[in-house]
Amino acid sequence: MPDPVLQVEDLCVSFTSGGVTADVVRDLSVRLDGGRTLAVVGESGSGKTITGRAIMRLLPRGASARGRIVVAGREMLSADERELRRARGSDVAMVFQDSMSALSPYLDIGAHIAQAVRLHDPSVTRRAARARAVEMLDRVGIPEPANAVCRFPHEFSGGMRQRAVIAMALVNRPALLIADEPTTALDVTVQAQILALLRELQQEYGMAMLLISHDFGVVGSVADDVLVLYAGRQAEYGSLRDIFDQPAHPYTVGLRAATPRLDARLDTGGERTRLRAIPGAPTSLRDAGPGCAFAPRCGLADQVGERCVVETPLPTVRPTSESGGLHLAACHLDRLPALQEVAR
Amino acid sequence: MSIAEIQQAEGRGTPVLRRFLRKRTGVAGLVMLVVPLVAGLCAPLLVRIEGQDPNTLHTDLLHPDGGRPLGAFGGVSADHWLGVIPVTGVDLFAQIVYGIRSSLFIAFGASILSIAFAAVLGTAIGYFGGWLNAVAGRVIDFMFGFPGLMFVIAIMAIVPPEMPRGLVLVLVLAFFGWTVPARIIGAQAGAINARTFVEAARATGAAPWQIIRREMLPHLFGLVVVLFAMSLPGNVSVVAGLSFLGVGLRGDVPDLGKLLSDSLPWIYSGADVWYMLFPGAVVFLIVFGATLAGDALRDVLDVRMEDAA
Repeated sequence: MPDPVLQVEDLCVSFTSGGVTADVVRDLSVRLDGGRTLAVVGESGSGKTITGRAIMRLLPRGASARGRIVVAGREMLSADERELRRARGSDVAMVFQDSMSALSPYLDIGAHIAQAVRLHDPSVTRRAARARAVEMLDRVGIPEPANAVCRFPHEFSGGMRQRAVIAMALVNRPALLIADEPTTALDVTVQAQILALLRELQQEYGMAMLLISHDFGVVGSVADDVLVLYAGRQAEYGSLRDIFDQPAHPYTVGLRAATPRLDARLDTGGERTRLRAIPGAPTSLRDAGPGCAFAPRCGLADQVGERCVVETPLPTVRPTSESGGLHLAACHLDRLPALQEVAR
Repeated sequence: MSIAEIQQAEGRGTPVLRRFLRKRTGVAGLVMLVVPLVAGLCAPLLVRIEGQDPNTLHTDLLHPDGGRPLGAFGGVSADHWLGVIPVTGVDLFAQIVYGIRSSLFIAFGASILSIAFAAVLGTAIGYFGGWLNAVAGRVIDFMFGFPGLMFVIAIMAIVPPEMPRGLVLVLVLAFFGWTVPARIIGAQAGAINARTFVEAARATGAAPWQIIRREMLPHLFGLVVVLFAMSLPGNVSVVAGLSFLGVGLRGDVPDLGKLLSDSLPWIYSGADVWYMLFPGAVVFLIVFGATLAGDALRDVLDVRMEDAA
């Protein structure tokens, strides 16, 4: 097996403020190969964004990470600042949710991309970096790139800006791209274009992509594998197929049921279905005791009983539909009842 | 697209100056500030053109009883453009232009020093935050609680005569002038540092100084210029005020504040109102002009306002 582009082992991220420590990511292990896309899914506060930041070592003040993160052969958690700067932008790059705020209003589009080029290769002249920016803008599908390099972010539409952000992230051909909700701020038609572009560039560059999202529609159209996070823990991991067709964690089922689907009427024979919310709110990470973090909101917890409250479930291997990919779920129930029942 | 085209497009100047020139109040303020400033700079030349100097006494132009200037407007004539000073008969125009020199240069010096320090400290506070923010914040709080003006007066009263009073004034004013600007710049820098594009720069591998220079300073530049323009009139007033109180510059150095202070009895008695009106108008022009220009600059340099327009 080739070395994975991204390898995360037992990652724990905790925040300390006012003497109180909260674990926002716990015991997370991930492996991602080049050319593949892993979607990280979960509600707000599930730790998906923090996981992405931890990989780049861009954690906010007061947060600390333990465990092991290897990106393209580089140990990120033990790397010093110099080494980190070298890795950021060339080994691993990031695309942000809000493209307006991800670009400096004082710099034109070309300056952003040229800066990214010159940061990692100071021998490139300003002119050459500028020319490289034009090339890259052309590559991400911005019309009249020679004109566009001199435009300022506010002169661009949201979709164009996100393309520019992608150009800035990919200009150094990173081995790993972390896309943090890259399409959330865009309208639906543009979303599809941006996702198609990301896919296309990923194929071309053979890079690995970590897609952080809460939208199963987006996940379904791009991801190869899916990691479902709940309260900072891995709830379920598996191929897109397994997660969609035979979810093994009640939370995954709940998330799926909470996603609007165009084909819902067909499924139910024309009957109108209501979107289902998962009752309750994510637990506070501060007072996480033993037991399954999802248990208070889980419709199936009473089927198992006390075990859900006293024992933290560990990820265990679940059956897969085909080709023997890894499918893990952290639930005490070995087998979930049929989808309809769980949702009810 | 050829490289020449890229360069050409890049060469578009930022239209800040043009936008400023479109603001009538700003241009008016700039004129009000620049005219006295140039007059101060060219003081020796102007005085020579007038054919006077700031020290010669002209007792022949004074009323023998009481010493007020003869003639209208405090003795205004072709020889003495703004009349003469009562009792001594010194040329008022010469005193004023030399006075602008000392007042304005001290104010400029103090503003440059304090704002430069505030900019460096504020940027550092905003970028590094943490303990630096905490320490600097407490020091600024301490300075706020400190009776600054009393302290300045006390210091100026005990400055040894051999020390250059002008330089001491600059340093003392700068010492008390950096706190508010540093806090404002620090808050702004902190807000910028938290914005996604700084994060994005970090995510492309930019080093701290690169982030400060390329991402933060362009945002702070406008604020710094405005704070400078706003601190200037305050310092002009304080320099004038200190001289007014008798703790400013040395007695024989012409100074706007001293002129105002000396003119007080003459305006109380109504014997020579022009003695106060001429230097007062100059102080007013400078302070009002700097405030107007500062306001206009803020509007022009503020990106958010630009976006709204």
